[in-house]
Amino acid sequence: MNTAVNFTDAAKTALKNPTLRFNFRQAMDSLRERRAAQFPDQDELERARDLAGAIRRRSLNHLAEKLVQLESQCQKNGIQVHWAETPAQANEIILEVCQRHDAKHVIKGKSMVSEECHLNDYLAKHDIEALESDLGEYIVQIDGETPSHIIMPAIHKNKKEIAELFAEKIPGVEYTEDVDTLTAIARKVLRSKFETAAVGISGVNFAVAETGTLCLVENEGNGRMTTTVPPVHIAITGIEKVVPSLSDVAPLYSVLTRSATGQHATTYFNMISSPRREGERDGPQEVHLVLLDNGRSKIYQDERMQDTLKCIRCGACMNHCPVYTRIGGHAYGTVYPGPIGQILNPQQYGIDQQGEMLSACSLNGACGEACPVRIPIPSLISELRHEATRNDQAGTVYGQGALRKLHEAVVWGSWKWIHRTPWAYKAMGLAATRLRRLVPSAAMGPWTKTRVKPALAEKTLHELMKERES
Amino acid sequence: MRDIYYFGTCLVDLFYPQAGMAGIQLLERFGARVHYPQEQSCCGQPPFNSGFRDEAQNVAIQQLALFDQPFDLVVPSGSCAGMIKHHWPELLKGTDHEARATELAARTYELGEYLIDHLNVTLEDQGEPTTVVVHTSCSARREMGVAEQGKTLLGMLKNVTVEVPKYETECCGFGGTFSVKQPEISAAMAEDKTTHLAAAGADRFVCGDSGCLMNLSGTLEKRGIQLDSSHLYDFIWERVQ
Ligand code: SF4
Repeated sequence: MNTAVNFTDAAKTALKNPTLRFNFRQAMDSLRERRAAQFPDQDELERARDLAGAIRRRSLNHLAEKLVQLESQCQKNGIQVHWAETPAQANEIILEVCQRHDAKHVIKGKSMVSEECHLNDYLAKHDIEALESDLGEYIVQIDGETPSHIIMPAIHKNKKEIAELFAEKIPGVEYTEDVDTLTAIARKVLRSKFETAAVGISGVNFAVAETGTLCLVENEGNGRMTTTVPPVHIAITGIEKVVPSLSDVAPLYSVLTRSATGQHATTYFNMISSPRREGERDGPQEVHLVLLDNGRSKIYQDERMQDTLKCIRCGACMNHCPVYTRIGGHAYGTVYPGPIGQILNPQQYGIDQQGEMLSACSLNGACGEACPVRIPIPSLISELRHEATRNDQAGTVYGQGALRKLHEAVVWGSWKWIHRTPWAYKAMGLAATRLRRLVPSAAMGPWTKTRVKPALAEKTLHELMKERES
Repeated sequence: MRDIYYFGTCLVDLFYPQAGMAGIQLLERFGARVHYPQEQSCCGQPPFNSGFRDEAQNVAIQQLALFDQPFDLVVPSGSCAGMIKHHWPELLKGTDHEARATELAARTYELGEYLIDHLNVTLEDQGEPTTVVVHTSCSARREMGVAEQGKTLLGMLKNVTVEVPKYETECCGFGGTFSVKQPEISAAMAEDKTTHLAAAGADRFVCGDSGCLMNLSGTLEKRGIQLDSSHLYDFIWERVQ
């Protein structure tokens, strides 16, 4: 659980898989185009990002106070609030509620926080079957996989792969590539489970402190079913998801859906404010809210890194990342893939555990440009690389210094001396250019495997300028 | 006559000095007196991007002192200009050098940006008709916000048709030490970019950032794709002779 897979090896394997590369390229292209179509006016886009970023910043500025308010407002509404410092605690809380209601199986809406907890495995160990009801989540679940994207869990699969999977895994299903038929098959399986599930478990997109309202954004109606049909609803989310007031929701929702799937609005938007009240004809008898920390308060305490928590999990950063587009989500081997994963996972689990992926970024800035709440992702990656290689123990992130390699430290140590010592720098330039034919390709390491060795000039610019002056 | 500082960058110094010289000559032609401190070396981006901030800081402090007159600093590279403009102040925050770094940042420009926005150049094309395909570095595009300037300069050359590749805004896979630390991912990105450059059907590929140029010309050659490459400023200087 949460141990580092070898990121670099997984990435190399992914690069060699043409189907996967094709699936991701196509999917990311379409998501990017759809997002772009939602923001035809650059100025409007920047204003929307300013506003959304400011709301998230304000939410974080008053985080402790807003969480307390959220708790009391939820309780007033009849929602039971639980605090979990670790995924293990969250799992125990959820198990206890399930067991109290004698649940044999539960139905789940999409929740990345439940992925952090590996909740399905945990419940299975206690003889409770958890079935994913989001179509993408359902697909990865029956294939024994994890989501490869935070919004589109099965985006790595094409139609044909899904058709094969359904024919193989669902009894009585014949092979078909017809999307409507495939959807209808999943729907049929899930419908029967909704009716008998004792508990529905969902995530939360925004938790409103002022009113104690849990907002859930979705497209399939499975979120609404999960939170209304079973007698008990458990919502699980990270402590950073709180926003001060209801008026904060609309601007965030607007950038979320447009950035995520390029939709002006989703098919469903649920606002859950209490269990079923007297006289109401549907809704659960009990509603629980589990607020998970799992490293978030540590990130919060670090001013440099706090922006990480502004995230509204839209997935735009991965959609725009040229690395994610090529290797896909599974190569990261972590709950959160792509740029948000690169800044979040190492902070949650330690650079020593999940820091390797920090090197998989060219700092091209596409993620930061796409992020609807203006998280400076490239700067945070750069900051984490510093944490990863520092040796003064003065850092703040778990596993600081874990990626410092002696040979690299020696290289940068000599680099420093040469580049601040003008005569040494010039001597190096002279030697390199004079001996340019002797520099072996191998000196460039892996660079020359796929590139011709760059040609050193006959004379450096320093020399040319010196000659010119005299 | 306006005095300006020129920061040649270490890659231009060793691999593309002619392009560095072309930049200087362009600046001079359009009315600048160029100062080139001989003690200059590198902006410190390679160790900075690798996490080795102390080393980068040490060199930045020494380099900062070379540009103490109130002249504008012009850099023939979006990524090195971005380092000086955006990362030196951050790197030197809380040190005695912070104020100077911030002051220098305010007068630091990428060369194409400077030629257009400050020297208001117009270019007289002397060359034969040709088509070029351009790649703009991500630092020029996103960090410096000067994505269009290189193309604007080329657009002034009346016999040059300017093309851009499919996925124009996507990274070429260079990323400095990224290309060494994740060579396979970097190579996959460079492969895609060179495929799109070739598909543009141009006579020549031009790029205003040495790192991307080196990455892409090296990949084109290794793949046996017949497409000559030039540094943007080298190309422009030759056209106006
Ligand atoms: S970091 Fe920004 S772009 Fe990425 S998922 Fe979070 S909000 Fe979206």
